[in-house]
Amino acid sequence: MTDTLLKTPLHALHVELGGKMVPFAGYDMPVQYPLGIMGEHKQTREKAGLFDVSHMGQARYEGDEAALEALITADLSALNSGEQKYTLLLNEKGGIRDDLMVSRPWGEHLFLVVNAATKDNDFAHIEAATAGKGKLVRLDDRALLALQGPAAKDVMARLCPSACEMIFMQCGTFELDGVEVYMSRSGYTGEDGFEISIPADKADQIARLLLAQDEVEAIGLGARDSLRLEAGLCLYGHDMDENRTPVEASLIWALARTRRDRGDFPGAAVIAQQIEDKTCQKRVGLKLTGAPAREGAEIADKDGNIIGTVTSGGFGPTVNGPVAMGYIDRGFLEPGTEVDVLVRGKARPATITKLPFVPANFYRG
Amino acid sequence: MTTRYTEDHEWITVEGDIATVGITAYAAGQLGDVVFVELPEVGKTLAKGDEFAVVESVKAASEVYAPVDGEITAINDSLEGEPATVNEDPSGAGWFVKIKLSDASQLDGLMDEAAYNAHTA
Repeated sequence: MTDTLLKTPLHALHVELGGKMVPFAGYDMPVQYPLGIMGEHKQTREKAGLFDVSHMGQARYEGDEAALEALITADLSALNSGEQKYTLLLNEKGGIRDDLMVSRPWGEHLFLVVNAATKDNDFAHIEAATAGKGKLVRLDDRALLALQGPAAKDVMARLCPSACEMIFMQCGTFELDGVEVYMSRSGYTGEDGFEISIPADKADQIARLLLAQDEVEAIGLGARDSLRLEAGLCLYGHDMDENRTPVEASLIWALARTRRDRGDFPGAAVIAQQIEDKTCQKRVGLKLTGAPAREGAEIADKDGNIIGTVTSGGFGPTVNGPVAMGYIDRGFLEPGTEVDVLVRGKARPATITKLPFVPANFYRG
Repeated sequence: MTTRYTEDHEWITVEGDIATVGITAYAAGQLGDVVFVELPEVGKTLAKGDEFAVVESVKAASEVYAPVDGEITAINDSLEGEPATVNEDPSGAGWFVKIKLSDASQLDGLMDEAAYNAHTA
């Protein structure tokens, strides 16, 4: 298995830094460095962390945007140059094929960033559905770095001051250490920060430059997971998949108002019906006491009836306790509702909690 | 006093017919920051190989297995409030349980320190 794993352009750097390498989405990736998951998590919340997310899929889309828009939930006519949106790629039943970022860093054309595990499927699906109208160009020759945390802006103020003029979910092209990069003010940790798309052969240079800054440490996938969990953000394939709609996943906000009014996205009828009926399960946050609940743990009401399932869970270093997300029946969605989570057969008390667990620290200008 | 080790990275130190059991420094290092330890009830009877405790790190849950047959005579309650003790002092204050041995000869099948060091090298 190991010999078939893919490597990002920063693989050698991860090994050099003492990264503990594990298979993830077909790539050999660092789950943690010597600092450890707890330390890396706190580093990112308090200072700044550098994440290699080069395993994710990057692509440029040129041509008829209506053809692409028909597959997703964003309003591309309202996406201006220099802006980015979080959106969903849906199937015909309204199920979530993937979540992705769509942006216009270049003035024309679109830049897409999709999940690593789904990228081949996503790109094949987009190519097939837009054939003859648009062109999808995979940018497999680019690395992607995320610099996250309250000190990310201080680092960027030294290295690329113009990037600090962006507010949350803006993007553009910049020169960083003599390299042309696409950058957005975004990330997936709940913190302020930047995502930086770099030509693969310059990734090592830029990563070393960022790591040389006093505020910055390398952060692995373990802390990336605990950070996004505390931020209430979904992990594809766990907190959402083809069998969950945006209504169930509590991601209705990713459905552009105009698109919802027009009902012109895949599975629109299913989704409209779910919004109307208010009967489907929904994704919620859970705070527990004692043992962390992991994916697959059942959620029960206080009478022992099974009312849901945990889809991701662990220990939240900033919350300083176990946190989880899961799908739960209507009637139990209200924050403050007391339930039990069955961890290794034992009922552990849990409280439905409003997401995110940790307040978002985005820079909104 | 003899200390023996299992392939699953438990240590067991015996005084008379009472054994103290914990996880090795190697195991604690591999797990990373321990955030919760689930321990059995005192009085529980274990057979060698039974899962008797669970160690939770930030990322994952890992089972701990009984190195020998016996009965739990004590558990380390302090781990409930201070699970990080498992990382800080795995072979001392981070012990998990004490077991009354039912068959001391089972210890002979476990590794000594040199063998365990070779096992984790």
